[in-house]
Amino acid sequence: MAKLVLPFEKSIYQMEETLAELEAKSPGQADDAIRAMRRELVSLKKSIYSKLDPWQTIQVARHPDRPHTLDYINLIFEEFVELHGDRAIGDDRAIRCGFARLGDYRVMLVGQEKGRTLQERTACFYGCAHPEGYRKALRCMKLAAKFGLPVICLIDTPGAFPGIGAEERGQAQLIATNLLEMSRTPTPIVCVVIGEGGSGGALGIGVGDRVSMLEHAYYSVISPEGCAGILWKEANEQTKPLAAEALKLTAKHLLSLGVIDEIIPEPIGGAHRDHREMANTLKSYLVRSIRELRQLNSDELLEGRYQKFRKMGVFLTETAAT
Amino acid sequence: METERGNWTSMNPNGIRRNLATNDRPKRGVPEGLWRQCPQCKSTIFTKEAAARFNVCPECDYHFYLPAKERIQQLLDQDSFEEWFTELRPTDPLGFKDHREYSKRLISEQAKTGMHDAAVVGKGFIRGRPVVLGVTDFAFMAGSMGSVVGEKLTRAIEEAIRLKLPLIFVSGSGGGARMQEGILSLMQMAKVSAALARYDSAGGLYISILTNPTMGGVAASWAGLGDVILAEPGALIGFAGKRTIWNTVRLELPKGFQTSEFLLQHGLIDRIVPRKDLRTELARIVDYCERQRRRAPCSVDDHGNRTSEPFQLF
Repeated sequence: MAKLVLPFEKSIYQMEETLAELEAKSPGQADDAIRAMRRELVSLKKSIYSKLDPWQTIQVARHPDRPHTLDYINLIFEEFVELHGDRAIGDDRAIRCGFARLGDYRVMLVGQEKGRTLQERTACFYGCAHPEGYRKALRCMKLAAKFGLPVICLIDTPGAFPGIGAEERGQAQLIATNLLEMSRTPTPIVCVVIGEGGSGGALGIGVGDRVSMLEHAYYSVISPEGCAGILWKEANEQTKPLAAEALKLTAKHLLSLGVIDEIIPEPIGGAHRDHREMANTLKSYLVRSIRELRQLNSDELLEGRYQKFRKMGVFLTETAAT
Repeated sequence: METERGNWTSMNPNGIRRNLATNDRPKRGVPEGLWRQCPQCKSTIFTKEAAARFNVCPECDYHFYLPAKERIQQLLDQDSFEEWFTELRPTDPLGFKDHREYSKRLISEQAKTGMHDAAVVGKGFIRGRPVVLGVTDFAFMAGSMGSVVGEKLTRAIEEAIRLKLPLIFVSGSGGGARMQEGILSLMQMAKVSAALARYDSAGGLYISILTNPTMGGVAASWAGLGDVILAEPGALIGFAGKRTIWNTVRLELPKGFQTSEFLLQHGLIDRIVPRKDLRTELARIVDYCERQRRRAPCSVDDHGNRTSEPFQLF
């Protein structure tokens, strides 16, 4: 697969090419020009990536080279014992569940996977889970709670699958059940949006004691395409950025709205440029969160989780209501 | 009191004529005036005749849209409804703007419907049985759930826990989660569901009534979580919209896809109940699920005053 260069990344790639040429000319040593260019490259990446607009952020979040759940499984966890199937209909490949070792902790990992090759992508419907996936996720979380294992949810989905079979098998109700049950599952739950946080499909594994996002991930009530199609009547190259802007879906916005706890910084130039560094940062976040949450007994944990979501929302109170 | 039931586009529930100078577009498919056309059988029917039959088409039993106020009148004992949390008002936390600003849209929706937001919650009696009731009204921004709807429902659930009363929510939410409040609307799904989890753990009975339409984030949260789930006939109920599904799978959708009957066939709801029978069915279900009945259900006189003490459900 050809490397995808996003429009706003062009200047970075051009400078990288020039730098590579320079380095090739004088192998093994770096003269002043090369050092200067390296510094310039870093500051260029910083300046571009520090002020991405929402639509650019979405393109980064959807970047095909961005690390997925399977990459993090390889890079963060020492062991992964996958658990398949929802014990009712099938095994949804868009949600992977299993026991995993995170440093000293044994945890239950629930992660949405989009797949990388065409074959993988088709098998997991580009990361869009069916009702089976949500049922499997919940059964694994309950299993974790039974044996006191913390749960880690990695969220990366454009949305729950919109299809005939999914509707027939109760997509809406399965997501609803997950929201209800996750709010009272007595074990620590840490959720991280690693790429796309697409609406109910993301929230279906997104109710936890800690909810955070990677720096260039997005999390939204509706996809910008869907929003543009409804409110601007047509989703095209002009309206999609407008919708993305209006929806306030970047990590910074969500932090200021009080919806997420933390923004996990990405390597300079985005997670797709350095999987290993991204994995290390994410790992230390996960370890720290679980360490903090394990200090709480289950009553404190559930009360905290309830209050966390209870206070979400912005409204006015009319004092002189009639 | 309002007398003309069907004519809701030109009158808000307070009977104030809509200001025609504003550019409110009339709601699609609902003609104004004495006569209306049934969208199902296409016959022209006398509005008052439909109103007398619970806003149901006399020819084909199509269930017309029912405003929240009328829904409450139909379900509860006369004048027994005590509305709660009327002080909550929507605002525009994101500064959302498409062709119109959300804050302006809110004002025009409020003027059109006479409601502050899409949900009405409170307490009332069904044949003498006290219940907490919440209703979302499709007329207000397609009944979509933003912060106020989420907060009202959550407070109603918490009150139901405190008062140990059965809980009934009627959903008429075609819009799902309200996109103009962005991620905050999505979080209302988690908030209301978490409150329902507490209500469930406390042993309360929650009956969800799905009416046309119940879609998206509402179907995927509180509307789908009833201990008992009832639906009106022919209601559109589902997660993804038909257009989204068509755009994704490009397959012809089965006949009657995402209707109440379709959901019943696939085992997703308990019963389909015609509008005229809802009150009776609710009373019956409440009676079955009541665990420790200490007294007979209290009775209410014509003025809504209790003539005996209510029983507690749990």
